[in-house]
Amino acid sequence: MPRLLARNAEAVGYVVLAVILLVAFPLGLDPFRLNLVSKYLAFAFVAVGVVLSWGYGGILSLGQGIFFGLGGYFMAMFLKLEASAPELPDFMVWSSTEVLPWWWEPYHHLWFTLLSVVLVPCAVAFPLAYAPFKKRLGGVYFAIVTLALALTAMVMLVGQQGYTGGANGITDFRSLLGWDITTDRAKLFLYLGEVVLLFAVMGAATFVLRSRLGKILVAIRDSEDRVRFSGYDTALFKAFAFTTGAVFASLGGALYSVQVGLITPTLVGVVASVEMVIYAAVGGRTSVVGAVYGALLVGFARSVISENLATLWLFFVGGLFMFVVLVMPNGLAGLPAQLASRRRRAEAPTRLPVDA
Amino acid sequence: MSAILAVEKLSVSFDGFRAVDELDFSVEQNELRVVIGPNGAGKTTLLDMICGKTRPLAGSIRFKGRDLTSLSEHEIVRAGVGRKFQTPSTYEHLSVFENLEISYPRHRGVLGSLFFRRGPEVTERIREVAGEVFLSEQLEVTAGTLSHGQRQWLEIGMLLMQDPELLLLDEPVAGMTSRERQRTGELLLRISRNRSVVVIEHDMDFVKSIASKVTVLHQGKLLSEGPLEQVQCDERVIEVYLGH
Repeated sequence: MPRLLARNAEAVGYVVLAVILLVAFPLGLDPFRLNLVSKYLAFAFVAVGVVLSWGYGGILSLGQGIFFGLGGYFMAMFLKLEASAPELPDFMVWSSTEVLPWWWEPYHHLWFTLLSVVLVPCAVAFPLAYAPFKKRLGGVYFAIVTLALALTAMVMLVGQQGYTGGANGITDFRSLLGWDITTDRAKLFLYLGEVVLLFAVMGAATFVLRSRLGKILVAIRDSEDRVRFSGYDTALFKAFAFTTGAVFASLGGALYSVQVGLITPTLVGVVASVEMVIYAAVGGRTSVVGAVYGALLVGFARSVISENLATLWLFFVGGLFMFVVLVMPNGLAGLPAQLASRRRRAEAPTRLPVDA
Repeated sequence: MSAILAVEKLSVSFDGFRAVDELDFSVEQNELRVVIGPNGAGKTTLLDMICGKTRPLAGSIRFKGRDLTSLSEHEIVRAGVGRKFQTPSTYEHLSVFENLEISYPRHRGVLGSLFFRRGPEVTERIREVAGEVFLSEQLEVTAGTLSHGQRQWLEIGMLLMQDPELLLLDEPVAGMTSRERQRTGELLLRISRNRSVVVIEHDMDFVKSIASKVTVLHQGKLLSEGPLEQVQCDERVIEVYLGH
């Protein structure tokens, strides 16, 4: 039974997820809770990206918040301009910024906003990954560099109050192209749209992973030199995985701004970035569907814990991460297979474990 | 016959130690050459420099007249040089079939590989190569579960998929049973009919079974070169191998 489950876990996971997200939650949760789920789902986009870049590409980034923030801030800029038109955004007035900065101007247009949600993360992520991997910089260094960048980005956003809203971020938007997005009905529509987009992103990730490119990523993880000496420019493939993950994170950020109604520098910072990795680790870093479950579960846990014991949250996150890494390295998605192999081992006690 | 590979005055040092010292070395078309020498003679380093893993300090490496020293690893592979490492390196999480498929020398770009659809010619080629390296029965097996000898064969198979004109093999029979050695010897003779092969080997019996010409390296320099019998009678070679 566990073995059968292990084989079909992926398919079962998809069906159950679709039922939960499209039927159970919209019918069973009150608007406030459903809006919380929208928020967790925004992080699920990041988690799916982490599966691609970390789980398959082997690139641990502790700065996914940067890309989440790019999408989130671009979307927020658009919404804010709409909310405050024809005046300047309120935080600019408070910081005595008198004219709209030139680089805010294009964000009057939704098409430009959406394009930059997708393209700017590409332009940032690709060179950021390609250059160090071409130079054979190790994964640990890359993790540290991304961590430092996340910190820098947060400090910069806080510091440039007149342009970015500072520590408060950008808040108070009520409409999208004239459509009131604060009503329960609008939130339900947005939620359903987000679920559909999430499944599209999961589909795209699965397409990538099942292609020859996905196999090459696994091969790079197993033996990068062998891939290199099979005629591939491995840095290019790793950069591709990282860039795709960055775009997914940015999409999540854009949806977050719309659903939650604000974006703040904390979502870009180190803690948020590390949490994003934990979502994928809990769900299973090599499972696309597992990552979404991870984001939902950790999200729920976060809400419950911070509502009651706010200060404990960080300890909980740290403990959870260690637990997952030590006890279930493939996360929830890997659990059926893990149990099945333990059972097999119990059935054949004389056989030595292969890579103990 | 003309030289497919011409190495001239090649030198490299690691922390002041001259691993390869002004070495001249050349390989003919369709030649099977064995490189021998005591530990630290520079055999693996020589292969590393040819395939771009290590950058030479001085000297030139010409493959079909083209200088390899300025190319990156994947460009050297695409030029037609295949390299097998000392410890078999295969993709242990992928099946034998997938291991061979990744080595198929097309669609090596990001977009090409993303939209790659396996045609019948690819499957056929994979089966053909699997047969050549004695792994026809293991196509669906995960590479991590193969025996050591089978992984050596798989890696040779992965190189054959690339159809290189020059094949560099670092101790291909290490860890093999005598039956496997014999089959590998036959395999090497067969594949060197239409390509050049350079083999590093320690096992003299194995060398005897395959070699037409042997190159002996010592302390990064060429010590002796010629047919095995001649080399074995060379006093300098005996001196190096039997010690002082």
